[in-house]
Amino acid sequence: MSTEDENIKEVEAVEPAEDESSRLKSENPGNGIAGMTVLFFTIGFAASLIVGWIVFPNLLYSKKEQPIDFNHVMHMEEVDDGCESCHFFREDGTYSGVPKLDQCIDCHEEIQGDSRDEAVFVEEYISKGKEVPWLIYSKQPDCVFFSHSAHVRLAKMDCVTCHGPIGESTTLKTYEYNRITGYSRDIWGRNPENMLGLKKNTWDRMKMNDCAECHMEETGRKSSVSTHKDGCFVCHK
Amino acid sequence: MKIDRRYFLSLGIGAAAGTALSPLPWKSMDDSSIWSQNWPWTPVPPDGEATYENSTCTLCPGGCGITVRKIDDRVIKIEGRKGHPVNDGGICSLGLSGAQLLYSPTRLNGPMIKVNGSFQKISWDEAISKIAEKLTDLRLQGKSHTVAAITGSPRGTVPNLFKRFLDVYGSPNFLYPSSFEDSYSHLAKKTHGQKALPGFDFENADYILSFGAGIIEGWGSPVRMFRANSNWKSRHIKLVQVEPRLSNTAAKSDKWLPIKPGTEAVLALGIAYVILRESLFDQGFINNRTDEFSAWREGVLETYHPARVAGITGIEQETINTIGREFARAKKPIALCGRGEGRTSEGIGEIAAIQALNALVGSIGIRGGAFAVPEPDYIKWPEFALDETAADGLNQKRIDGAGSNQYPDTDSLLHRLPRAILSGKGEPVNAILIANANPCYTLPDTQTVIKALKKIPFKVSFSTYMDETAALSDLILPNHSYLERYEDVPVTWSLAKSLIGLTIPVVSPQLNTKNTGDVIISIAKAMKGSISDAFPWKNYTDCLKTTLGKYWNPLQNNGYMKISNYNPPEKMTKFVFQVPDKTFPVDPEGDEKVLPLILIPNDSMRLSAGSTGSPPFLMKTVSDTVLKDNDTLVQVNPNTAKKYGLKDGGYALLKTPRGFKKVKIYLSQGIGEGVISFPRGLGHTAYDKYLADKGVNFNELIGPVEDPASGLDVAWGIRASLTKV
Repeated sequence: MSTEDENIKEVEAVEPAEDESSRLKSENPGNGIAGMTVLFFTIGFAASLIVGWIVFPNLLYSKKEQPIDFNHVMHMEEVDDGCESCHFFREDGTYSGVPKLDQCIDCHEEIQGDSRDEAVFVEEYISKGKEVPWLIYSKQPDCVFFSHSAHVRLAKMDCVTCHGPIGESTTLKTYEYNRITGYSRDIWGRNPENMLGLKKNTWDRMKMNDCAECHMEETGRKSSVSTHKDGCFVCHK
Repeated sequence: MKIDRRYFLSLGIGAAAGTALSPLPWKSMDDSSIWSQNWPWTPVPPDGEATYENSTCTLCPGGCGITVRKIDDRVIKIEGRKGHPVNDGGICSLGLSGAQLLYSPTRLNGPMIKVNGSFQKISWDEAISKIAEKLTDLRLQGKSHTVAAITGSPRGTVPNLFKRFLDVYGSPNFLYPSSFEDSYSHLAKKTHGQKALPGFDFENADYILSFGAGIIEGWGSPVRMFRANSNWKSRHIKLVQVEPRLSNTAAKSDKWLPIKPGTEAVLALGIAYVILRESLFDQGFINNRTDEFSAWREGVLETYHPARVAGITGIEQETINTIGREFARAKKPIALCGRGEGRTSEGIGEIAAIQALNALVGSIGIRGGAFAVPEPDYIKWPEFALDETAADGLNQKRIDGAGSNQYPDTDSLLHRLPRAILSGKGEPVNAILIANANPCYTLPDTQTVIKALKKIPFKVSFSTYMDETAALSDLILPNHSYLERYEDVPVTWSLAKSLIGLTIPVVSPQLNTKNTGDVIISIAKAMKGSISDAFPWKNYTDCLKTTLGKYWNPLQNNGYMKISNYNPPEKMTKFVFQVPDKTFPVDPEGDEKVLPLILIPNDSMRLSAGSTGSPPFLMKTVSDTVLKDNDTLVQVNPNTAKKYGLKDGGYALLKTPRGFKKVKIYLSQGIGEGVISFPRGLGHTAYDKYLADKGVNFNELIGPVEDPASGLDVAWGIRASLTKV
């Protein structure tokens, strides 16, 4: 808050030199003017905080709904292998990411249950052989290289550490993306304070500093564990 | 209350303070910096499961096996195929850039016809019936022999479909560009009684004497040669490079002999002289497997004393003696030739002189030596009936004089076609079909070639791209890319064990193209009668399957098939010495008084000089001592430059008997005095902005010089002058 104090002093110091005639004319110089100055300062200060913390984040992000809804909880009950049942590693060690129709088709060739989303899924996608254009919350920019295998298989990390308890959700949240960069809001954090690097959970934000922070905590260095290489090109290829 | 300036000021300061404490400025700055790095032109491969398909590269005659990494139906990367007999996992920069050729924006989408000077789209059915009508018309007028076809190579089912089509149609004019293979093939006819292709067992050789062959500049099958070269280095096997210019091969060789250009065969006979004089030759091989040794020996000893050879070639007598001794004393030495990539032929006398070195030391037909590899003969199609018109047409003389009494053993003399068209009365060629070849760029004296082709009333191109020849054509029927089609690839290009590779459709056709094999069959079928009868196949795939018969399945599963081995028939391991005659050294074209310099081409792995244009990735690798902005740099020795007042980086007019071009000067000690050089593969006028109008096409400045024995174009250089501008 030092900035605020300094500003007030500065205003007061400048005042006499700036407008001496008006001061002489005033019946009760001093208190009234100082009070009004503080008031205006506070109004400006409060308004800009509201704009910065509430209006700006709302303006910055645009919203999109997923093409259809998905219930993670219900699917977790049906599978044996947790997240990896659908979000699996391929034989060559690459990570499959969001499932494709091939994985869904065994159960969903016919409409299951009576949800509207299920009907749309089967009619619009499965029967037409068209992949669902899922919006991916955790999609990193194209210039970021990330190996799921190194983190999940070698470092034995939980999915939740980075992705949060998405497996416990019964519905898909609204996808928000940054109007300037085009990237998902989940990378920069959903809460306004995440924008300043503050977070409660490990999965709240997944920016470069968050990668480095975890690497420092876990391994004592920012470099790649498997290659011991440091520098930009470890992740930015 | 009066609101005055001071309150506004405090409001502003408050707002500034509040803003500074909110995420707005920091987040906006961060986002803006990220936004500035959002480059929509950076290609990003799609995400998904990677699959791999094995196929064969056809971008040069090397025949490498490739493994194509795909995500869904998209090619992501082309890699060398591990375990493939040609390249065993290696790949060159051109092969690596193949995906750019597949997705090139200059690919032709569907057949096109030229109307009033510009191309218009037509349907495949229309295009095929237009050709069939035109060719039927010419046939009815008794002009079937005035139809010609040019293919990139004479081997494989597609070129043979063209040949069969011309045969049954009634034209002898099947043409293809010749190379060092054709010279060796000629020699084989003389020495083995049958045509055969050169093969070298480089992997097991222990001394390499290369007369200008660009071992690591694309000679033979390039990746195989790279591997062989590395193998020699690790085994401390000596490579002697005889070449006028310090090429990469020369720079990496154990000994570079900077010879006067064009005198390589003279040096070979000088070396032979040393081996004969000191009786270092393989007496057993000479006695049992060679003919005409005494006469040849006499000829060599009479004319090629090292002192005289030193005078002609510029290589010191003592060096000639040393190389002769080293070569003869090595266990498995190989002498080879074919300048640069080996795309131009050499005189039969020259090639005989160099091959005689292999015979002298018994390096023919044995492990670690040179081989005469029989032509692949897996194409055995049913006989077909010729009608009267066809028989008459086939009896006519070929337009290029190949196979005539003068050159009975020559199959094609493509370089003669332009002159024949321009000097012939009437219209010696009324229609031409051009597939997998770009004569308007690759043939010597390119401007004359273009003038001649313009004179042909009906030109059909089967090119995948809008290359120079396609741009000049009246009808274009674009072929699938090599990653979209089935085709057999006979790989002969200097392999001791030649093989057949197979290209497979790695991805579905991206554009409205058709396999040229299918188009030829369709044209034949549309022409009915005996022509249609000669093409009994349903389509090209059916033709390929039937041709390969029992090999189809193994070839499809394995991707390649060996068709020769180390046990050649006895006659293929013999050698008949050819008494040296006066056919070499071949003089370059031009008057020495007016054009005092000698211009020679050079080849580079960084440029594709053949019918495939260099893709953008490859162009990026070209150094600025070769191409600066859009100017070609000509390599000049500093002493030469001094003599003609030329400065490094300055402009000059390069003149040869065939034309002139503005070039830049690049001073280099890597080239002898009086000799100048720049690479082939630049100066395209067609294709895209990455390739067109960059530098000078070497072929525009050189003309053909014929070998008296074979008629082949053996021009290795041309006289030239450089004038400061």
